[in-house]
Amino acid sequence: MDIKGPDQVFDMDSLKKIFVKKKPIQWILLGIVALILLFNIVYQNEPEEVGVVLRFGKYVRTTMPGLRIKLPFIESVTKLPVQRQLKQEFGFRTEEVAQRTRYSPNNLLEEASMLSGDLNVAIVEWTVQYKIDDPLLYLFRVRDLEDTFRDMNEAVIRAVVGDRTITEVLTVGREEVQSTAKMKLQELCRKYETGLMIDQIILQNVNPPELVQPSWNEVNQAEQQKDRLINEALGEYNQVIPRAEGEAQQTVLQAEGYALDRVNSARGEAARFKELYAEYRLAPQVTRQRMYLETMQNILPKLGGKLYLDNDAKGVMPLLPLESLQGIAGSSGRREVQ
Amino acid sequence: MNTRSITLVALSIVVLILLASSLYVVNMTEQIIITQFGDPVGDPVITPGLKIKVPFLQTVNRFDKRFLAWDGERNEIPTKDKRYIWVDTYARWRIVDPLLFFQRLRDERGAQSRLDDIIDGATRTAVAKNELVEMIRSTNRPPEDLQIDSDEESAILKEIEKGRDEIVQEIFEEASKKVKDFGIEILDVQLKRINYIESVQRDVFDRMIAERQRIAERFRSEGQGEAARIRGERERDLKRIQSEAYREAQEIRGKADGEATAIYAEAYNRDPSFYTFMKSLETYEKTVDPKTTFVLTTNSDLLRFIKNAP
Repeated sequence: MDIKGPDQVFDMDSLKKIFVKKKPIQWILLGIVALILLFNIVYQNEPEEVGVVLRFGKYVRTTMPGLRIKLPFIESVTKLPVQRQLKQEFGFRTEEVAQRTRYSPNNLLEEASMLSGDLNVAIVEWTVQYKIDDPLLYLFRVRDLEDTFRDMNEAVIRAVVGDRTITEVLTVGREEVQSTAKMKLQELCRKYETGLMIDQIILQNVNPPELVQPSWNEVNQAEQQKDRLINEALGEYNQVIPRAEGEAQQTVLQAEGYALDRVNSARGEAARFKELYAEYRLAPQVTRQRMYLETMQNILPKLGGKLYLDNDAKGVMPLLPLESLQGIAGSSGRREVQ
Repeated sequence: MNTRSITLVALSIVVLILLASSLYVVNMTEQIIITQFGDPVGDPVITPGLKIKVPFLQTVNRFDKRFLAWDGERNEIPTKDKRYIWVDTYARWRIVDPLLFFQRLRDERGAQSRLDDIIDGATRTAVAKNELVEMIRSTNRPPEDLQIDSDEESAILKEIEKGRDEIVQEIFEEASKKVKDFGIEILDVQLKRINYIESVQRDVFDRMIAERQRIAERFRSEGQGEAARIRGERERDLKRIQSEAYREAQEIRGKADGEATAIYAEAYNRDPSFYTFMKSLETYEKTVDPKTTFVLTTNSDLLRFIKNAP
């Protein structure tokens, strides 16, 4: 109890003065100061961002994603979405973008309208996808970077399209326009020290001007018509030729068949004759007679009419009416033979 | 509040004012000229950071260090081949000598208007002395797919002598020469947009339409021609196939006939009269039918015995 002297009581009073008596205002002020400091010290980089920290306007460091601190007031931080793919549209605007910025259709048409190498007008719409590759270049080398970038895009696409015919740009050359333009744009980005990296240039709608459109369709139609005519003719060809080839083979094969038949028959008949002749030579007279009579025996029954005439009966032949003879032969031939 | 604390406050205010007037921040993107009563003092400050100057007497003049944009107005100019077009150029430039720049042009607005004159002028000159195609094409690369023949190709796709890049380079060099005195440097000039002016656009479209129609006609005619050719080919192939087959067949038959004839001749030559006799008999047998009538006399070998017994 002795230790608690009047001195100590005095101290307690002064403490009370600070912490109890002035409590509400002090705490609020203190809190505000602390909050302001906190907001000026701590900051957060989103996962796709890096922070570029400047002290009195001079670059000091780049910070990675996460919760970070900096010196209050004298250091400032600019956050850049280096991982995010950024996109610019030319000649058209998707709704989301169109709501933010107002472009009249006329401006858009002018943006997309360009001359091809054959001095025709093409309406080319495209998008470019890119990333911030070097935050320092991006921030400190070029003012109005976005406008610059758009200008570069327009110049590059026009240069590439200008080196091609309109047909190429509209049909077969799209891929090539994209890749060439990407290369050129990347080159220009490097030259301008923009710190941007081009991922892709994609041609969207590529058309001839509206007024010319029907004539382009006409060309397409004509092209299809051409194909149709050719296909029809080829169809006719295919209808006829394979069949003719088959028929030709048939003709040849038939001829070969005939040849075989002819030669074999000849061989057979010749062989038969040789055999016969060999026997005949042994007794020619008798054999001749026999053959003659055998033949007669064979053929006489088959005859329709027979007329036997005496050798002396002359002058009958010229008088014979052929008609009636045939009639006789037809009706009574058989009987007479019997 | 006593006098002591009042002096303290006053003193600190004075110090603050002094500090604010003598310290200044140079950003990464800036370069600075210090002027004293309007007169430039010392070298330009080009490194970023916190800097000191003489308070009150000296003023900070800030100039951008970055590449700056210059975007031209659209110029309507006829080309050498009398095509009426408008050209929209852009340029990138920067202040390389802030002191000179400050002395000659004062500020960026002055520079912009100077650049307007210089670059527009150079562009006009370049456009007027070149043909349109020179500003459009960069190379004489042959097109990949031209659906017209080579005569028309040369009419439509004119060869270039210089090309876009070289003309841009001319404009760039011409303009660069003229801006040197202003402490600025042009990084690049580009033709952003080139297009026909509206009043001639209609003519161009008409030409495009005519060109398309010509190509369409060509397609149709090509189709008809090709179809006719195929039909002709069909006729020819048909005749060829048929006649070849006929020829081959005839050859085969002829050969066989020949061979058969040789075989017959070899056999029958042994006794032609016997052959005649035998063949005749065969022929009788083969040729008679019920409609045949024989007139036989008793003189014949068969009937002679009817009249005379042997």
